[in-house]
Amino acid sequence: MSLWDYANPTRFLRLVQIVLPWLIGLCVLFFAAGLYMAFFTAPEDYQQGDTVRIMYIHVPAAWLCMMCYSIMAMSSIGTLVWKHPLADVSAKSAAPIGAAFTFMALVTGSLWGKPMWGTYWVWDARLTSVLVLLIMYLGLMTLWRTMDDPIKAGKAAAVLTLVGALNLPVIKFSVDWWNTLHQPASVVRMDGPTIHPDILWPLLVMAIAFSFLFFVIHLMAMRNEIMRRRVRALRMRAASTSTPGPAGAAQPAE
Amino acid sequence: MTGWAMALFQRDLRLSVRVGGSALVGVLFFLAVVTVIPFGVGPDLNLLARIGPAILWIGALLATLLGLDRLFQADSDDGTLDLMLMAGRPLELVVLIKCAAHWTATGLPLVVAAPLLGIFLNLDPVSMAAVTATLLVGTPALTLIGAIGASLTVSMRRGGLLLAVLVVPLAIPVLIFGVSSADAAIHDPVPFLTPFLILCALSLIAAVIGPIASATALRFASD
Amino acid sequence: MDLGPHSGFILASYGLCALTVLSLIVWVRIDKAAQEKALNELAEQGIARARPENRS
Repeated sequence: MSLWDYANPTRFLRLVQIVLPWLIGLCVLFFAAGLYMAFFTAPEDYQQGDTVRIMYIHVPAAWLCMMCYSIMAMSSIGTLVWKHPLADVSAKSAAPIGAAFTFMALVTGSLWGKPMWGTYWVWDARLTSVLVLLIMYLGLMTLWRTMDDPIKAGKAAAVLTLVGALNLPVIKFSVDWWNTLHQPASVVRMDGPTIHPDILWPLLVMAIAFSFLFFVIHLMAMRNEIMRRRVRALRMRAASTSTPGPAGAAQPAE
Repeated sequence: MTGWAMALFQRDLRLSVRVGGSALVGVLFFLAVVTVIPFGVGPDLNLLARIGPAILWIGALLATLLGLDRLFQADSDDGTLDLMLMAGRPLELVVLIKCAAHWTATGLPLVVAAPLLGIFLNLDPVSMAAVTATLLVGTPALTLIGAIGASLTVSMRRGGLLLAVLVVPLAIPVLIFGVSSADAAIHDPVPFLTPFLILCALSLIAAVIGPIASATALRFASD
Repeated sequence: MDLGPHSGFILASYGLCALTVLSLIVWVRIDKAAQEKALNELAEQGIARARPENRS
């Protein structure tokens, strides 16, 4: 099975129809397990008390917002290099989801920072680069909506996405390269995680749950985008034919 | 190769200083921004001296953003852009030369105006020199990064605002290092050269990525 | 259960995230309904698909 087998939108939609219910089920399962572990089995932190439970949504949201942009960057390469037909559908659908995850990461981080650091916001390297990521997501969403030809919009967005991908290593390594208020990496490190397993496992379960959530919404959004393009193509076909359809010349207003 | 490059450079430069070219309007906008900020912040001279480099940098960034849609718009409107695309010269070089001309007409006047505007902000001579040096090295980066946004929005009627939104996240590192190197010249802990050399590096990186991304976007926009 | 002195922040975080996730789901479903409605309207007017279904 290669990606090219699913270049045909119809085949892709059929795959989505089969796979989606399972993904939704797994997503609900992992969220149930993760939330239970986050609130009932995970211990309090010796310094932060119960507030550490915010980590179980803050960290997965942050991981996901970067993963989403990486997926958009790979989709952009798919558009520009291989001209895969569904690549820009994937990129366009992922943008609002990534923006939502970035927003969640920033907000939960802010609500975690107030009791722990004493401030809702600080202009250190990690927070600033994630805020820049949010602005990039919103800029991409705007670019998509401003150009009416989806193919051209896809190519323009692909170029912009790839240029902005330079921000990803900055976010990841910002806590190592600069002296930041945000804590350094404790999970994805060269020497392995430094967190105790009792706190690490709920974190990983929630991360998997968020990932399934992303895939579910991404596939649903891709399905919607394929339908949207079909509608647009049909409308343009109808508008360009000289004889009106059975319903007369009345076209549904846009 | 130099023949057509010089011709293009001179053409762009001449067009921008003519009546419809709005080359020096950027400097007026720079002046307007630098004038308006003390009204908002208050006339406290010590405060203005401390945030002076930042005000000059933000003013330069905004003035550059406003002038950017001029980079490709006029050529796209009268068809010259299509001629350039068909001419067989490397489009990346065409973009680089257009950026050079654009910077000479729009960015360089900002650099020249900066010391004069520094007087309004009560900057001492060392600060003025530092800010001017960082602007000299950093404004090319702003133009080159801005070219990416300009080429993405060239086919849009009212693309100016979207262009600014797209360019600002990419230009933030330039702003950060520009201001921090200007500040480093005044306060001691970090030597001036460290952030300044990073700023130079950013300009050089922008000189590569900007034309490549911009040329790619122009090719797509014209399909 | 007692979440300590900062329970407000914890509940606000989880609440806002739940709201955001809910908004995503609502957005995706409303969009789906809108597109299906448009496709149905076009089908009623007799505007068919450009290619037959079983081509792969």
